[in-house]
Amino acid sequence: MNKGDCKIMKKTLSLFVFLITLALALPVRAAEDETLPHQHWQHKGILGVYDKAAVQRGFQVYKEVCSACHAMKFMSYRNLEKIGYTPDEVKAVAAQYTVTDGPNDEGEMFERPALPSDHFKSPFKNDKAARAANNGALPPDMSLLVKARDGGEDYIFSILTGFETPPADVQLMAGMNYNKYFPGHQIAMAKPLSDGQVSYADGTPNSLEQEARDVTQFLAWVSEPHMEQRKQMGIKVILFLLVFAGVMFNTNRKVWSKLH
Amino acid sequence: MASAGKKVKFDNPVVQWINDRLPIYSILHDQYGNFPTPRNFNYFWSFGAIAMAMLGIMIVTGVFLAMSYTPHTTLAFESIEHMMRDVNYGWLMRYTHMNGASFFFIAVYIHISRGLFYGSYRQPRELVWIFGVVIMLLMMVTAFMGYTLPWSQMSGWGVTVITSLFSAVPLIGDGLVTWLWGGFAVDNPTLNRFYALHFLLPFVICAVVFVHVWALHVSGSNNPTGVEPKSEKDVIPFNPYYTTKDSFGTVVFMIIFMAVVFFAPLVLADPAHFRQFDPMQTPPHIVPEWYFLPFYAILRAFTIDLNIPFTHIILLPAKLQGVIAMFSSILLLLFLPWLDTSPVRSAVYRPVYKWCLLLLLLAVCALTYAGSKPPEGMPLWFGIVGTFYYFLHFLVIVPVLGKYEKTLTPPASISESVEAGHE
Repeated sequence: MNKGDCKIMKKTLSLFVFLITLALALPVRAAEDETLPHQHWQHKGILGVYDKAAVQRGFQVYKEVCSACHAMKFMSYRNLEKIGYTPDEVKAVAAQYTVTDGPNDEGEMFERPALPSDHFKSPFKNDKAARAANNGALPPDMSLLVKARDGGEDYIFSILTGFETPPADVQLMAGMNYNKYFPGHQIAMAKPLSDGQVSYADGTPNSLEQEARDVTQFLAWVSEPHMEQRKQMGIKVILFLLVFAGVMFNTNRKVWSKLH
Repeated sequence: MASAGKKVKFDNPVVQWINDRLPIYSILHDQYGNFPTPRNFNYFWSFGAIAMAMLGIMIVTGVFLAMSYTPHTTLAFESIEHMMRDVNYGWLMRYTHMNGASFFFIAVYIHISRGLFYGSYRQPRELVWIFGVVIMLLMMVTAFMGYTLPWSQMSGWGVTVITSLFSAVPLIGDGLVTWLWGGFAVDNPTLNRFYALHFLLPFVICAVVFVHVWALHVSGSNNPTGVEPKSEKDVIPFNPYYTTKDSFGTVVFMIIFMAVVFFAPLVLADPAHFRQFDPMQTPPHIVPEWYFLPFYAILRAFTIDLNIPFTHIILLPAKLQGVIAMFSSILLLLFLPWLDTSPVRSAVYRPVYKWCLLLLLLAVCALTYAGSKPPEGMPLWFGIVGTFYYFLHFLVIVPVLGKYEKTLTPPASISESVEAGHE
């Protein structure tokens, strides 16, 4: 390829990259509320992986606190093996719950301990029961919570740490609580976590911030369980494509060099 | 496709045997191997091939998704979460398909912009262009229906808003909407028919792409100078020159596409996509995908009902104006070959029109921005000004400027322009 072609190609390529960037940058959604404090999450980086210990502690927080009201219907107990629990530990966790199965040969539904293949047991029979028990409010399912909220992890962490006594000029509605990060500030959920709420087996200090960070990381894993596999495969795919692009660039140059 | 008169001989006896009975190898040889192509394409000419690759990727990933998807209001959201979590590489198929739609549109929008800039729609390529616009329309319908299938908050409410537009049609509007929905609300019949059509339409697109390429191979390709090839010196065989060049362009495009799929798959997704559709609860902002934003902004740029003067009888309600404007903004592209009156084809040699095209790009960017925001204050003004320029450009500037603009003289031939570039 001669110099002129090279220059044109560079120009076109840079224009092409520019256009793509433009196309991607333009419709950027109001991803985060500006008032949400930014936290550092190690799994958010391009190559970031989950902090397994934090995710496990987060599961403990979910199990002991959140799961009293919030379902997680897309998770199965067996999925917990992915965050480092052994099959026996998973079996033991599952066995703590009783699920309805059946009908059996007599046509009756029956109760049995949960198996690793069962989905997480929901705290309420249905949405109506959940509302009845929660002053009319429906605690959202947590399977996708991090992906389903503007601000993602930062939003969850902020809500958990944003409970305050309402300012003097705010009149709370019956059964509502004041949270400085919740849209409208009035949230039906009572302050769920506080200092010393759970006791960690690994001796991590159980401050409110720590519990909130841990459970947020657990929820991030729950909403995107294949993230690590995805990033690892992505590195291989991009490396392959870069080599392929190099080969094609040279082939193309060689083919065109014969043209006069 | 017309196969050439002279018989090609193939070394491989099996190929020769097949070719004697069904001349697919001759056709490939004439239409791709030997096909005379202008020698001066830049990389913008690769976007046709890139769009074709994206169509293939969308169909392959889509068929795999269909194997695990359940088109029922109570199961659609769950079946997608099942494939994201439990089906082997389901997440890969889903994220490729989801972002693939965006990248398909990026490729096609660049492909169309290239045609606009270099005058590829001009005589004798009117039908190539018209079939291209038909493909874009079919893509939009297909993408919109695909958007419904996850049955998320954004799906359900997006469908409700867009299908409700048809209620603006005078007299039969409400009946039309009920007919589209298959009921009195967006519900299971709506999801079922959208799924059936979402599966069907890509194959219709394939058929129109075939016709688009067929027509292109009759007229031959345009090129950056806009000057038709005049001699053997102006053209080169498609293979190997453009097979390698398009392959390189496609791989570079795939690098960017794959980087998004693997490292930022949610960058274009709204959080409301991950909440199940609840007909009782409207999300705060209902936003279409980015590739619809300019048209969505045109739809919402009309805010004043047109009355018969001095009465309260509404002639043309604002909503109907918006609907008409939105559909015309795409349909008027069909008439572009006859709207353009310039003696020169390529904008390279049109010093004033070049700037008008830049303004058009800015107008579309302004419309994209306006479409992503609630229609009030500044964004509404961006929408109004953008809409105004969009129609001014195609309906006034293109026909009038063509008559009066002092154009530069294009090179006498493609080879002359290539020689000049070498110096």
